[in-house]
Amino acid sequence: MADVALAQRNAKSQVREASAWSQLKHNRNWLGFWFMVPAMAFLIFFLAYPLGLGIWLSFTDTRIGRVGHFIATENYEWLWDDAIFWLSVFNTLLYTFLASAIKFAIGLYLALLLNEHMPFKALLRAAVLIPFIVPTVLSALAFWWIFDSQFSIISWSLKHLGLISQNINFLGDTTWARVCVIFANIWRGVPFVAITLLAGLQTVSPSLYEAATLDGATRWQNFRYITYPLLTPIIAVVMTFSVLFTFTDFQLIWAMTRGGPVNATHLMATLSYQRAIIAGQLGEGAAISSAMIPFLLAAIMVSWFGLQRRKWQQGESND
Amino acid sequence: MTDLPASKVDLKTILSTPARVDNSEGMSYLQSVPRRLVTLYLPLAIIVVVLLFPFYWMALTSVKPDEQLLDLDKYNPFWTWNPTFKHFHKLLFESYYPHWLWNTMYVAVCATVLSIIASVLAAYAIVRLRYKGANLVGGLIFLAYLVPPSILFIPLATVVFQYGLFDSPMALILTYPTILIPFSTWLLMGYFKTIPFELEECALIDGASRWQILIKIVLPLAIPGLISAFIFCFTLCWNEFIYALTFLQSVSNKTVPVAIVNEFVDGDIYRWGSLMAGALAGSLPLVILYAFFVEHYVSAMTGAVKE
Repeated sequence: MADVALAQRNAKSQVREASAWSQLKHNRNWLGFWFMVPAMAFLIFFLAYPLGLGIWLSFTDTRIGRVGHFIATENYEWLWDDAIFWLSVFNTLLYTFLASAIKFAIGLYLALLLNEHMPFKALLRAAVLIPFIVPTVLSALAFWWIFDSQFSIISWSLKHLGLISQNINFLGDTTWARVCVIFANIWRGVPFVAITLLAGLQTVSPSLYEAATLDGATRWQNFRYITYPLLTPIIAVVMTFSVLFTFTDFQLIWAMTRGGPVNATHLMATLSYQRAIIAGQLGEGAAISSAMIPFLLAAIMVSWFGLQRRKWQQGESND
Repeated sequence: MTDLPASKVDLKTILSTPARVDNSEGMSYLQSVPRRLVTLYLPLAIIVVVLLFPFYWMALTSVKPDEQLLDLDKYNPFWTWNPTFKHFHKLLFESYYPHWLWNTMYVAVCATVLSIIASVLAAYAIVRLRYKGANLVGGLIFLAYLVPPSILFIPLATVVFQYGLFDSPMALILTYPTILIPFSTWLLMGYFKTIPFELEECALIDGASRWQILIKIVLPLAIPGLISAFIFCFTLCWNEFIYALTFLQSVSNKTVPVAIVNEFVDGDIYRWGSLMAGALAGSLPLVILYAFFVEHYVSAMTGAVKE
């Protein structure tokens, strides 16, 4: 018995005298650091560093193939007097506001429709998401063809219905071009909004509606006082993403109009591409894209408070 | 008293009629069929038709003979009776299209694999190692998700040039993970949280290292999450445009979206057929992948938003 006790004590002391190396191996901070290295390396070298570099570039007169010098806020002063820049800001805000609002309205409506019981429900849901799956540029090309000035199927159909007598110059007219790109953006964004809101709708317990209906609530009241409040947090997050990606949209515009006609569809992203890469004025382009940052910060704040509110609603303290 | 016989009859008829088979669920019995037709099926049909029409049009254009494409009066534009594969033939044998398809596939697979490896490690460390500052790092990664490529491509172009990666697929393979890692880390964190802690504790007591736990216990249990992250990242890579447009120059190195926009738009009035064939062929791989993994897609999309 004494031997056994002694052996146990020895074993204990062995454990206690674990080498510094094995202690380190089990230290969670040390381990955590190494687990984080790959992801952090990518994000620091290709995200955080370029983000800082972009802001720095916007204060220099860098061009492609030439090192720039610090010129303080000259780029911004130049942009301040640039009518095309302000037009692009206006276009971006108009595009973001209209597209996001309509996306939200149709997306929510579609989510409510898809939440009903009906035959082929799964198939319908799968079909609805296809515009989101197909690469934006490729569907934008399809729209380019649909909105062609001569062979547009929409013009053809309207002509045969007797509504118009001449082809509509969809992408050549400033107002029509704006309508077309906003439509294409809505078309592409609605599935995302609808399917994510549908996921939120499915977490709402049907017994709430049953109880409310027994108490005499109409369908509108069901929506207004049960669905909408319960969906608010997820709406906040989805719309933040939607606004963010609409605001910084590039590919749809580039594939359909390249900013034309007469800059009517130039967004800040397309203008910065044109100035920085095509014209070679990296500094000026960087200033245009840096000018988007305040707007993005505003969107992120909205998202943050949306998330906070959700935690508060669910009574969760952490995670 | 005079009412009594009538009510008796009612009761009898009610009892004698066989119970109606009720297939409806929940409160759907409150709605009649015509009402559902107007409030549900009609709007749904309109929305679905609008959402799918561009694909029908894309597919139809890609098989229509040229003369039918441009003569809308002689032929019914909504259908064709003599489809042709001329446009696809031109695409596959007279252009770099197979190259572009291969480039896109190669870049997408490499970038996705790299990002998934990095995100698995990061997500596991944040959720389970819970090192000092894990929550803060989690928040920062979420913020990284919100940084759009449109404000990064200019400085990244200079970075890519400095590293000597310009016009090589490596430029894309190394920059795409900045879009993918935040998303997939966030998604996988959600999956890892659902795996019971006790499993890991048992393994720790049995002397497994953290690495062994990750490989042998956590990853096998998180396979649905991994598939979701993988296919979603793959789709994002395939869809990416602005980096590929900025960082690649030679025609044979381009990815499908960039190449189609730049190389096929040559002012040729007969370009539409091959343009649409190219768009269709570029979308099909993703649509096929999507058809097999619908549920994973939806969970990836909603998971990233909900977490």
